[in-house]
Amino acid sequence: MNEPATKLASNDPIVSDLQTRYGDSCVQQITVDPYPTVWVAREHIRDVLSYLKSDAAHKYELLYDLSAIDERLRKHRDNQPDSEFSVFYHLMSLSSDRDIRIKVPLQDSDLNIDTVEKIYPCANWYEREAFDMFGIHFNGHPNLRRILTPPLWEGHPLRKEHPARATEMDPYHRTDEFQREQQEALRFVPEEWGMSRASKHTDFMFLNLGPNHPSVHGVFRIALQLDGEVIVQAVPEIGYHHRGQEKMAERQSWHTYIPYTDRIDYLGGVMNNLPYVMNIEAMAGIEVPPRAQVIRVMLSEMFRVASHLLFYGTFAQDVGQMSPVFYMFADRERLFSIIEAITGGRMHPSWFRIGGVCQDLPDGWKEMVIDFCDYMPSRMDHYDKMALQNKILQRRTKGIGAYTTAEGLDWGITGPSLRATGNDWDLRKKRPYSMYDEFDFEIPTAESGDSFDRCVVRVEEIRQSLRIIKQCAENMPSGPYKSEHRSTTPPLKERTMKDIETLIHHFLNVSWGPVIPPSESETIVEATKGWTSFYSISDGGTMAYRSRVRTPSFPALQQIPFISNGFMVPDLIAIIASIDFVMADVDR
Amino acid sequence: MFGFEINWSYVLILPVALGVLVFALVLVWWERRLLGWWQDRLGPNRVGWFGVLQFVADAIKLFTKDDWIPPFGDRFFFVLAPFVVCAAMIMAFVVVPFDEGWVIADTNIAVLWFLAMSSLAVYGVLLGGLASNNKYALLGGLRAAAQMVTYEVFMGLSILGVVMMAGSFSLSDIVMAQADSIWYCIPQCVGLFIFIIAGLAETHRLPFDLPEAEHELTAGYHTEYSGMKFGLIMAAEYVALILLSCMITIMFFGGWLGPSFLPGFVWFGMKVFILINFFILLRAAIPRPRYDQLMSLGWKILLPLSLLNLLATGAVLLLI
Repeated sequence: MNEPATKLASNDPIVSDLQTRYGDSCVQQITVDPYPTVWVAREHIRDVLSYLKSDAAHKYELLYDLSAIDERLRKHRDNQPDSEFSVFYHLMSLSSDRDIRIKVPLQDSDLNIDTVEKIYPCANWYEREAFDMFGIHFNGHPNLRRILTPPLWEGHPLRKEHPARATEMDPYHRTDEFQREQQEALRFVPEEWGMSRASKHTDFMFLNLGPNHPSVHGVFRIALQLDGEVIVQAVPEIGYHHRGQEKMAERQSWHTYIPYTDRIDYLGGVMNNLPYVMNIEAMAGIEVPPRAQVIRVMLSEMFRVASHLLFYGTFAQDVGQMSPVFYMFADRERLFSIIEAITGGRMHPSWFRIGGVCQDLPDGWKEMVIDFCDYMPSRMDHYDKMALQNKILQRRTKGIGAYTTAEGLDWGITGPSLRATGNDWDLRKKRPYSMYDEFDFEIPTAESGDSFDRCVVRVEEIRQSLRIIKQCAENMPSGPYKSEHRSTTPPLKERTMKDIETLIHHFLNVSWGPVIPPSESETIVEATKGWTSFYSISDGGTMAYRSRVRTPSFPALQQIPFISNGFMVPDLIAIIASIDFVMADVDR
Repeated sequence: MFGFEINWSYVLILPVALGVLVFALVLVWWERRLLGWWQDRLGPNRVGWFGVLQFVADAIKLFTKDDWIPPFGDRFFFVLAPFVVCAAMIMAFVVVPFDEGWVIADTNIAVLWFLAMSSLAVYGVLLGGLASNNKYALLGGLRAAAQMVTYEVFMGLSILGVVMMAGSFSLSDIVMAQADSIWYCIPQCVGLFIFIIAGLAETHRLPFDLPEAEHELTAGYHTEYSGMKFGLIMAAEYVALILLSCMITIMFFGGWLGPSFLPGFVWFGMKVFILINFFILLRAAIPRPRYDQLMSLGWKILLPLSLLNLLATGAVLLLI
């Protein structure tokens, strides 16, 4: 009774273009999302990607995502080439507003493919992640080593044979010997990264900044090669916050995974629920009522304000200004009290549901929201005087860590950090979702793409988000807060006691959770720190077969060496502060 | 040997040393309360009346803490460093006149003594940074050395204008000279401005706390210090703040001078207290410049400015 909800992707000429160039091995796959998906043979991958980046009619400047799928246990693979492991590349063309997803079939016995790191620099870390998670070898990769799991980890976590629960494994024991080995493996060896310990004139100092350091916003390590206080080379090290979000998605029901999404960008709260539930709604064919959509927009924008306020405060703090962070935390607290009144939760309300939101808005919500929207703008002006217009702060951050739009795209930078370079790509305007096209707001941009501009853009975004929130409050549609579709979670209960059919469906949907028809879909949203997306594959079960979480912080950290080499340690701190990342969003 | 003989004012030694230390500890509480008030939060308010006994609790904590000395560091200098910092700062109070005649050693080289002692404190910071054998501490120590050498230079130059106007290196004479004329904060406003900046750099408090720079070097030169050794470094920082405020009061705001309905030391204390609050306000308001920016500010702007000030003062004095 669950009919597949797939529809034909838009007929993009690039598909037939690729087919004429690379022959019939290029097969198009039908997915729920509107992005054309093309299977390409392994030999062609470098050609195809460099063609798409530089020579195609519409140039795909951005490698948005790269990961893999373990297909060995998947039942529904109609019309797809034979494959045990599929590597997929999601490319985007911002200039012509197009996407394409390239998939490459691989066999377990011969699990390797050419690296595309030379074509898209940001592929470096994504390929390391795919190697770490699936054991896929990327030929020609400059430094293919584990990135998220510890260096001595056994197995590749996202392969289907790797256990997902502690109960599937032997009890955990840690011997002193084991601990020593693990610690020794984490030692930074400059030679492994192609660094020399001394130049003709000087001995370099190697400084381990982090994983515990006041300014790295979580557990993040950067190994610095220093000449005096000047950074010669930097190597970011991540993985200290890795929880296996993608693996957990494969063992939670579609519904019970929602609370996990809140923790991906832990400052983003329900903003993380949004791409996840929208993606499942697309796969299940659920229409979300307007009231639910506007409630979602309102809550998401509140979290954008909360996240940006925290960014603003810590940004000022990291360049040595002591006070602003306290004022901004106090304002964030006001916002959390509203969020708490509406959702019952504060940082991680897990409040969105498949097909709508958890509850209707409480009495008196409107006054609280409007009060806040009236209160904040004058505070923002006050903060401008205190922080942004401060000459010392400007001298510390202007011209520091700058990059152009093209460089940003090369490194996979999205969201406010890209708009700081002058590009006005905002998904809320370019590809409106959840009724964003009904709202009146501007997309702030800046020009030079340095640390200061990254802050300016976010500060202005707070003002725009306040506008959106106010419009939500003033024009909240009436109607249901949840769809009546049978796959909504938890399903509506009014008629369960009236007829046996509804009772059975309700019972199954609550106990097992909804069954999503076999399909693939990806949904991208403009999250607090850039673009966050869920790429989910259903094999017709109550759980995801594969759930890819693409977050904006991951490529942003990869870019750090590129924008910080040659600067001083205090500049690096300013750069880190301006990137606006959280480690949970990086490691997932 | 410095030209003063044993006299009754030596009884002041113990009260001054203890008083300064206790005031420094109370100041820790006061600063936290004040910052809390300015930053929309509470600050310490649990121990005693408005948390005023917080410093007692802090001191107990520091004394009972595990006193760890890094095994990879240089033990002797590591232990020595905090004492050098703290002792040098307290020694400088020997020449501070709190009221007319209320001074341990009213010597004719008092200004030089103050400069010498505050320079000596740099050794403590430097030794602490180097002896810790920690990379952050090393960077902090390096910054401290460069910053203090730079600011030492025109700290001295900035108060030479005052010395020229008063015609004496004795702090009591400088105060008395202001009794006849206007306070030196008006004619020596440039000197005052430079002295405040240089003094802040010497005390390495927030706008100029580069040797510690929490967000860059975790805790800079005192990263490895714990227990009472850390306590001494903290205390020295606050003693330095008091000392700086005392010196500014004496040289630019007429020391203990004031209308006679209040005794001189009360006027002195009030002026010092206002200045201390001003420095706390600066800490709350201003971000930290970068290390090389601080250096170029020092050498390219403040040093020429203090020389010009000196030149102008000399010219005016000669003309009058």
